[in-house]
Amino acid sequence: MIELRQVSKRFGHQLAVDAIDLTCPKGQTQVLIGTSGCGKSTLLRMMVGLVTPDSGSVLFEGEPLDELTLDSVRQRIGYMIQEGGLFPHLTVRENIAIVPRYLRWQPSESDVRIKELLELTQLPIALLDRYPRQLSGGQRQRVSLMRALMLDPDVMLLDEPLGDLDPMIRAELQQDLRIIFRELGKTVVLVTHDLAEAGFLADRVTLLSHGKIVQQGDFSELIANPVDEFAAKFVQAQRPVFA
Amino acid sequence: MNRYLVIGLLLLVLVLLPSGSPPAGIRVGSKQDPETAILGEMLTQLIRSTGQPSTHLSVGGTTVVFDALRRGEIDAYPEYTGTLIKEIFASEADVTEAQLPSLLAKDGISISRPLGFNNSYALAVRRETAEQLDLKTISDLADHPDMRLGFSNEFIDRDDGWKNLRKVYSLPHERVSGMEHAVSYRQLEVQDIDVMDAYTTDAQLAELDLVLLEDDLAYFPRYDAVVLYRSDLQNRYPELVDKVLQLESAIDEPAIIQLNARVAAQEASERQAAADFLRDEFSVSSDIEDPSLASQVWQRTLEHCDLVRRSLIPAIFFAIPLGVIAAKLPRLGQIILGAVGIVQTIPALALLVLLIAPVAYLNLNTIGAGSMTAVVALFLYSLLPIVRNTATGLATIPPEYGESATALGLSRSFRLFHIDLPLASPSILAGIKTAAVLNVGFATLGALVGARGYGQPILTGIRLNNTSLIMQGAVPAACLAILLQVVFEYSERWLVPAGLRPLSASESDVPKH
Ligand SMILES: Nc1ncnc2c1ncn2[C@@H]1O[C@H](COP(=O)(O)OP(=O)(O)O)[C@@H](O)[C@H]1O
Ligand SMILES: [Mg+2]
Repeated sequence: MIELRQVSKRFGHQLAVDAIDLTCPKGQTQVLIGTSGCGKSTLLRMMVGLVTPDSGSVLFEGEPLDELTLDSVRQRIGYMIQEGGLFPHLTVRENIAIVPRYLRWQPSESDVRIKELLELTQLPIALLDRYPRQLSGGQRQRVSLMRALMLDPDVMLLDEPLGDLDPMIRAELQQDLRIIFRELGKTVVLVTHDLAEAGFLADRVTLLSHGKIVQQGDFSELIANPVDEFAAKFVQAQRPVFA
Repeated sequence: MNRYLVIGLLLLVLVLLPSGSPPAGIRVGSKQDPETAILGEMLTQLIRSTGQPSTHLSVGGTTVVFDALRRGEIDAYPEYTGTLIKEIFASEADVTEAQLPSLLAKDGISISRPLGFNNSYALAVRRETAEQLDLKTISDLADHPDMRLGFSNEFIDRDDGWKNLRKVYSLPHERVSGMEHAVSYRQLEVQDIDVMDAYTTDAQLAELDLVLLEDDLAYFPRYDAVVLYRSDLQNRYPELVDKVLQLESAIDEPAIIQLNARVAAQEASERQAAADFLRDEFSVSSDIEDPSLASQVWQRTLEHCDLVRRSLIPAIFFAIPLGVIAAKLPRLGQIILGAVGIVQTIPALALLVLLIAPVAYLNLNTIGAGSMTAVVALFLYSLLPIVRNTATGLATIPPEYGESATALGLSRSFRLFHIDLPLASPSILAGIKTAAVLNVGFATLGALVGARGYGQPILTGIRLNNTSLIMQGAVPAACLAILLQVVFEYSERWLVPAGLRPLSASESDVPKH
C-alpha cells in the first residue's frame, strides 16, 4: 500500500532519516518504534507528503506521490498527529466534519457518518458540541481518531496516538484501536516508543535508531532475537512489562 | 463564518452611508490665529448680509488655506501682504507689494486693498517710560544705551529681526536678552526690561497700556491685512464683492487691537467680536446666536463619528489582507510593515499637507467638513495596528494546526478562512480595537484641515487659551474612545470563536447535557 524506497532527510547537519526502505502491506498494522528523535514522525510525515525526502521515493499504491495527486491521496489517508491537532475554535462536531464541509457534503450525510463513528469509538454523543479544551485527554484522542476515520480512509497514520494518556485509559484505547483496525481492515502505520503497545497492536514491527532501521519483522522475533546491542538494550529496558 | 459575512456587509453599508452635506454657499477660509479668525468671521457675516449663505472654516497653516483658495475649494480668506511675499512667493526674488495683484491673478485670485492695519513687528515700551524719556521713534532709542531689551528668540535670530535692526538704526545697546514672547510682557510689566518686540496688533498692547515706537526708517516689512478672493466671484456675485471690499481701509490698528483684546480676555467669541464691529461700523446686523452647548456637542459627535467611520472601516478591509500577505510572504511582509510603520511616524500636520495634493488631484474635498485629506490620513494611521496584529496573529498559530490542516487535504484558501483567520481573530480584533481608539484621538487633528468634529473646539480653545473650550472637545473624544473600547470588549464575546475565549469559571466545568 505504502512503500518507502531509499528515503533520506536531512535537517541542517542532522540526518533524521537515512536511506530507509519500508513496506506497509495492505490491511496490516506496521508499528514504528524507537527512542525519541530517531526519525519516526519524519517517516510518517513523508508518507502523507508533509515532508519531502531529499532523496529516494514514496509510493502510494505503487505510484510516486506528486503535487497533483497529493490532495486526493490525502483524502484516502487518515492522519493523527502527535498532539491530536484538533482545532481549538471548532466544536467536536465541527472538527470531525471539517473535511466533509470542505468537500461540500450534505450535513445529513456527515451526521450519519458521525453517528457510526461515535459508536465505533464509544464516544458519548453529548460531547459533540464541546470544544476540545473541554475534553479529557482520552476523549480528545478519540475525537482525533474519529476525524481521521471520517472519510473511511484506506490508510491510517497514527503518531503516538496514546502518548500522554494515563495507563488505564491507555489500555482501554489500545483495545479499542485493535478492534477497530482489525474490524475495518485498514492499512495502519503507528508510531510509538512503547514496546508493549507495539506488541499488542503490530503485525510487523520496525525498530529505528538514528534514522536507520535496526530490526524489522515479527514482534516475537524482536523480543527473542534482538539483532544487535542496541536492539537488545531497547528490549531489555522495557522487559519488566513482559516478565 | 456567516457571522463574519454579516459583519462585513454591515460595515460596508456603514461606510457607504452618505455623510453630512458639505458646507453650503460661499466658503470663507481663515488660519487658526484669533485675528484672522475674526476677519474670516467678518467676511462670512458680510456675505450673509447680502442674503447669500456662507460658511467659515478655519484651517491650519498658510499653504493649506492658500492652496484651497487656488483650487477654488474656498472663495475668500484674509491674508497679510508680508506673508504673501515671504512665504507664498518666497521662491521669487524681490517681490514688491505692487506686483502682488499680477502674481495672484495667474492663479485666478484677486487681492483687496489693505484693510487698514499692519500686523508687523514693532518695539514696545511702557507708557511712562515713553513719556519720561520722550521716546517716539525707534531712532530715539539710540540716545539711551543703558536700556534693557528683551526679545523673543525668534526675533533675535530672524533676518528681519534684531540682527539688522541694530545696524540700520545704529543701536548701541548691550543688555539684550532672549526670552519667550509671553514672558516678555510680564518682564516689561515688572520693569525687568524696558523694551520688547511685539506684534503691532497684539491684544496685550491695550491691556498693559504699552506704546509702540514708530519704525521711522521703515525697517520692518509690512504685513498689511488684505482679503484674497477668487476672481470669478466678481462675475458670479458682483454685489457681494463690493460688500466685502467695504472692509478696505476700514479697520485701523486701535480697532483690531480692541477686537483682539476682547477675544483674548474671553469677553466675546471671535464671531461676536466680528458682529459687534460690523454693527458699529456698517450697521450690518448678523444673526450669530450660538446653538446650545448640547446641540453643538451632538453636531461635533456626528462630525467626529463620520471621520472615524469613513477612515477606520476601509482601513479594516484593507489592513487584514495586507496582514495576511505579510504573514504568508515574509519578505514582502517586511516591506509592508515598514511602510505602514513609517506612515505612523509622520507628524499629523505634515501628513495632512502631503496628502492635499493627491487628494486634490482626485478631485475630492481637501478641506472642510468631511475633508478627504483628513479621512485618508486617519485611514493611513489606522493601518499599522491592524496589519501588525493580523500578521503576528497568523504567524504565531501553533504549527500543529497547520500540519493537521495540510494532512487533511484542505486547500489554502479554505484553510485561511476556516482555520487560520479564526485562530488569529483575537489578535486581529485587538488590533482593530487599538486602531479605533487611536483613530478617535487622531481625528481631532482633522480640524487642522477644517474637518470639524471634536478637534474644532480643541483647536479654537488652544488659540484662545480657553480651557473650557478645549474640554468641550477633549472630554467627548475621551468618552467616545472609552465607549468604543467597551463596544469592542463586548463584541469580542461574539466575534472570537467560543473555543478561543478565555475560560470563564462556568465554562471550565464540563457542561452538563
Ligand atoms: N522540521 C524540522 N526541522 C529541524 N529538525 C527537525 C524537524 N523535524 C524533525 N527534526 C529533527 O529530526 C530528528 C527526527 O525527528 P522526529 O522524526 O520528529 O523524531 P521522533 O518522532 O522519532 O521523535 C530529530 O532530531 C528532530 O529534532
Ligand atoms: Mg515524534
